[in-house]
Amino acid sequence: MIEISETSIDLRNEDDILIARQTARKEMAEIGFGSADQTRMATAISELTRNVIKYAGEGVCHIFTGASSSEIHIKVEIEDYGPGIVDVDKAMEDGYTTGGGLGAGLPGAKRLVNDFQIESQPGLTKINLEMSRPNV
Amino acid sequence: MEIPILKLKNILLTSIQSDMNDDDALKYQSDVMSTLEKSGAKGLIIDITAMDIMDSFMARVINETARMARLMGARVVLCGMQPMVALTLVEMGRELIGVDTALNLDKGFDKLVKMINEGVD
Repeated sequence: MIEISETSIDLRNEDDILIARQTARKEMAEIGFGSADQTRMATAISELTRNVIKYAGEGVCHIFTGASSSEIHIKVEIEDYGPGIVDVDKAMEDGYTTGGGLGAGLPGAKRLVNDFQIESQPGLTKINLEMSRPNV
Repeated sequence: MEIPILKLKNILLTSIQSDMNDDDALKYQSDVMSTLEKSGAKGLIIDITAMDIMDSFMARVINETARMARLMGARVVLCGMQPMVALTLVEMGRELIGVDTALNLDKGFDKLVKMINEGVD
């Protein structure tokens, strides 16, 4: 796997949600992801970066893209230093919310990507999203 | 960024752009409500042709706007959803959109006029 790009976007306000998802979409298009996958990943990033702004205040979104002769790949790491998610298993359930939303954010985002990892403790919440497709 | 709300006969026509931030979305919602009240319009078209990403927040704002307009006596049609947006919403696994829909603005307008004239729910 050859790394194609690495971008970090500071998440400080709502406009950074738009910047993060637009950047991911553009970088995915450059290495050949189709528009359905671009939309899936951009939507997942939108959900998760909004959580950062809403619950932690600020954080950072790292986007790595890479390609080999057989595969294209994107990995997105979203981190914040906020209070953390008290019950991660519950937060992954449909309809569970502490913020007055639909409770569709985390479980919805998980369904949109190939691999979803979440670690959370007070002071550090880290979510990794990955997506790979054959390089055609 | 302000979303224009156009009045065409007794219908309010709005077109949402993709790069609307959360504050813009909530302002759009309250602008639609106050324009509905002032104009006495009987219908609302929410056109999302230009929207290439809809997350659960935007879906909720649109859903709520439609329900509020309905409570104020207006009929509502959502039109122009891009295929990839429809795909993503369904894959996310929630019934995020509970509003009458049409393929495009043209069909949405016809549908809304019909709903207003016939009083169909």
